[in-house]
Amino acid sequence: MSETSVDAEEVEHVAELARVDLADDEVDAFAAQFAEILEYFEALDEVPEVESDADLVNVMRPDEVEESLDQEEALGNAAETEDGFFKGPRVS
Amino acid sequence: MSLNAFITEETIESDDEGPLSEKTVAVKDNISTEGVRTTCGSAMLESYVPPYDATVVERLKDAGATIVGKANMDEFGMGGTTETSAYGPVKNPVDEAHVPGGSSGGSAAAVAAGEADLALGSDTGGSVRNPAAFCGVVGIKPTYGLVSRYGLVAYANSLEQIGPIANTVEDAAALLDVVSGPDPRDSTTRFDVGGDEGDSEGEPVHPATDSNYAAAADGDVDGTTIGVVTDLLDGADERVVETFEAALDDLRAQGAETVEVSLDSVEHAVQAYYVIAMSEASSNLARFDGVRYGKSGGYEGNWNDAFARAREEGFGEEVKRRILLGTYALSAGYHDKYYKKAQDARAWVKHDFDDALEEADVLATPTMPVLPPELGESLDDPLQLYLMDANTVPVNLANLPAISVPAGEVDGLPVGLQLIGPKFGEEAIVRAASAVEE
Repeated sequence: MSETSVDAEEVEHVAELARVDLADDEVDAFAAQFAEILEYFEALDEVPEVESDADLVNVMRPDEVEESLDQEEALGNAAETEDGFFKGPRVS
Repeated sequence: MSLNAFITEETIESDDEGPLSEKTVAVKDNISTEGVRTTCGSAMLESYVPPYDATVVERLKDAGATIVGKANMDEFGMGGTTETSAYGPVKNPVDEAHVPGGSSGGSAAAVAAGEADLALGSDTGGSVRNPAAFCGVVGIKPTYGLVSRYGLVAYANSLEQIGPIANTVEDAAALLDVVSGPDPRDSTTRFDVGGDEGDSEGEPVHPATDSNYAAAADGDVDGTTIGVVTDLLDGADERVVETFEAALDDLRAQGAETVEVSLDSVEHAVQAYYVIAMSEASSNLARFDGVRYGKSGGYEGNWNDAFARAREEGFGEEVKRRILLGTYALSAGYHDKYYKKAQDARAWVKHDFDDALEEADVLATPTMPVLPPELGESLDDPLQLYLMDANTVPVNLANLPAISVPAGEVDGLPVGLQLIGPKFGEEAIVRAASAVEE
């Protein structure tokens, strides 16, 4: 029993949430593939609830000032910078 | 013709003397190398040059190794054939019409072809063991927390470990000796579970502190109990299973005992793995917006348009597919259905492995259920490719160590045998794997 169906509109919505532009033919191809993959994921419905005990402890250290990348190194891979800052596209 | 095993061929010499002084090493291109570009197999990072070394690269240099290049890989580690690389596919040196496996396909191919003595890969769902099996070499996926991930460009943090690839079990183990250990820059390396006694003051230490993995490659399996995971034989290629059985016969002849074990949870492992890996990927890869690094989307329109444009140009199809499916699995209304259930399945797989490892010292499966596909054969059907990971992903879900060692060949194509150990039981899997080589 499968209720999984994915249409082009849904793919476009998710692509917008993920900030990835898609070509029209990519949208159609993904819609068909996603339907198949999500149907396969349906089998997770059969998984019982399982208690998991996280086998982890917090790792703490003193908060001391250490050497780090300098500003020039940190900006080295940016397409554009201005006055020692990253330059990004307009916010609105 | 070149195998296309490297994206960037550049020699990084070391001034230090150490256990790897005479050795050349290929480093997967998602592991940061200071001053040498690190693309992750993606057009997004075509000109990205890290300003710092990953911890494992520092350790290679300290050990005297010579790095010979950055190895080709599936884009951001997303694939099992090295065909999703933006820099072209890698050929399998054993038979160039076939894929080398992936995602660390360049690393394994370089070692198999003698272009490097050793290599580092990363293993999120089998990406070290799969290409090791397909290229006829040895690959180790360490226990989560044994090796620092600092400087590894993240795909799915909760699952991945950097691991060694080499021609022999002993060489792979020796490389693990070099790269393992605690790292203050990766808080998931374990400071708290090593040794029975801890250090001189009884404080717990990292499990690699007193280890010698290379020394464990002594081939002594007399009295070792090997659990054969029957659930993972049913769907495998018959020829692979025959080769696997022959290797087990050989281990029994050396004094090992085999028992059958069954893990009910593994039939849900591939689904759980992909939901978790894609969800983590959708979050991790959000950082690639073309502003601080990577392909820029330009400055026209608002920032969301610019980001979406940069990501359309920079990412390949499989990466987009996984980001979108991960975003879907985490979106309102679907989180409980997919992500939460996948976490339940992960816990179930862990319990099942714990139980199985009560009955056996190590567990055995074929590393891959199939022989290496031909180049181009499997690209069109993503789901079929995901199913190829059935034997490797359960190990990542359970955070356990595993090794792939060559078990033989079918029609000239390599078959790998996978041995899975208990948490931080690297020595046990190295020992058993070295007996497969005998």
